[in-house]
Amino acid sequence: MAHDDPDHPHALLPPDPALRVRALETVLTRKGLIDPAALDAIIDTYQNRVGPKNGAAVVARAWSDPGFRADLLDDATAAVSGMGFHGRQGEHIVAVENTPEVHNMVVCTLCSCYPWPLLGVPPAWYKSDAYRARAVREPRKVLAEFGVTLPEETAVRVWDSTAEVRYLVLPMRPKGTDGLSEEALAALVGRDAMIGTALASAPEGAA
Amino acid sequence: MTRVHDMGGRFGDGPVDPTDRAYPPRAEPWQTRALTLTLAAGATGLWNIDMSRRAREAVDPKDYARFSYYEKWLAGMADLLVETGAVSREELASAGEGLSQCDELDPKALRAEAVPGVLARGGPADRDSAVMPVFSPGDAVMTLRPAANRLVDGGHTRLPAYAAGARGRVLRCHGAHVLPDSNAHGLGEAPEPLYAVAFAASELWAAPEHPRDEVVLDLWQSYLCPA
Repeated sequence: MAHDDPDHPHALLPPDPALRVRALETVLTRKGLIDPAALDAIIDTYQNRVGPKNGAAVVARAWSDPGFRADLLDDATAAVSGMGFHGRQGEHIVAVENTPEVHNMVVCTLCSCYPWPLLGVPPAWYKSDAYRARAVREPRKVLAEFGVTLPEETAVRVWDSTAEVRYLVLPMRPKGTDGLSEEALAALVGRDAMIGTALASAPEGAA
Repeated sequence: MTRVHDMGGRFGDGPVDPTDRAYPPRAEPWQTRALTLTLAAGATGLWNIDMSRRAREAVDPKDYARFSYYEKWLAGMADLLVETGAVSREELASAGEGLSQCDELDPKALRAEAVPGVLARGGPADRDSAVMPVFSPGDAVMTLRPAANRLVDGGHTRLPAYAAGARGRVLRCHGAHVLPDSNAHGLGEAPEPLYAVAFAASELWAAPEHPRDEVVLDLWQSYLCPA
């Protein structure tokens, strides 16, 4: 199979990206390869049903239930599937736990692999050249740009998602959260904390 | 040897802008449309995920650098549609203007009512394999150098250049997974054991930030030798 076609078909499309999308959608619809209603259903899924709240519920449960935490670290695919979270770009999930000794951070240097069933579609920065290029070589400088400074004794472990395994960072539970409900805990878990570019938030009123 | 997408460790990209914290992430309407169109086109089964990555990576390096993220996806999709014969160059060039409305959907098309099930099922990459695992957690391994597809010269591979010829240790075995180097070129799934392998930052970078920092990559058995 020819690998490098010097005469790429995509160059036949209009230069404006919005017109390029429209051209492709028109061609595919008229050829019967696309059901326009399916496009709307996909948008609905990732705008309204799947997003970082799924991952936050997993983290809050792991903080609250030691049995679930053990299951999550042992076989995250099965553990999150039990909460109804599975599917495209999350077929194989591994949870990695932050501790005072190790901080985990996730990147995909080759493209933009990301655990969709738990975090939804990725933000632009995750897909940016700057993050892809730098997260593996200088994670601490990248973390500083997110406002995160780690203690000297904490090592950084960067996971470059090169296969179909998707990584979920299990952040450390913030101090002052004893007795909080899973719902209240989940509210402290932002998307970036589950990628490893942020820490879980402290509860309101805590130092 | 390398392709433009293989940018891990590259210098010169400037700071990351982390300000978009909302969900869904900020996106132009055409970007959202490009995402959904790509998912729906991929669901036809005309190509697999490894082929779609190969197509995006094969974009001219000048285009790759110039294109925004979803423009790369659109370029890969357009090229695959022609490569698989689903759409002709003429149909693409005319933006479908010469085509009449279709009366019924192609059997391969993703129907709206099937969307939740298809997205929920996804496409698992683990397979039974006759290739026995030769490494266990804790084993020292060495990655091949150069990082390159050994089946197709210049072909798709998932060993980044920055991790070629590096010594690491196996952290975990993920079981056998489809080998992208084969599947991306229509040469079969060729599943083989996949491992998470940890490398000291000092093994990869001239000026590591911290003596205990590590980078972990998922690597197929054929990317590795005993060290």
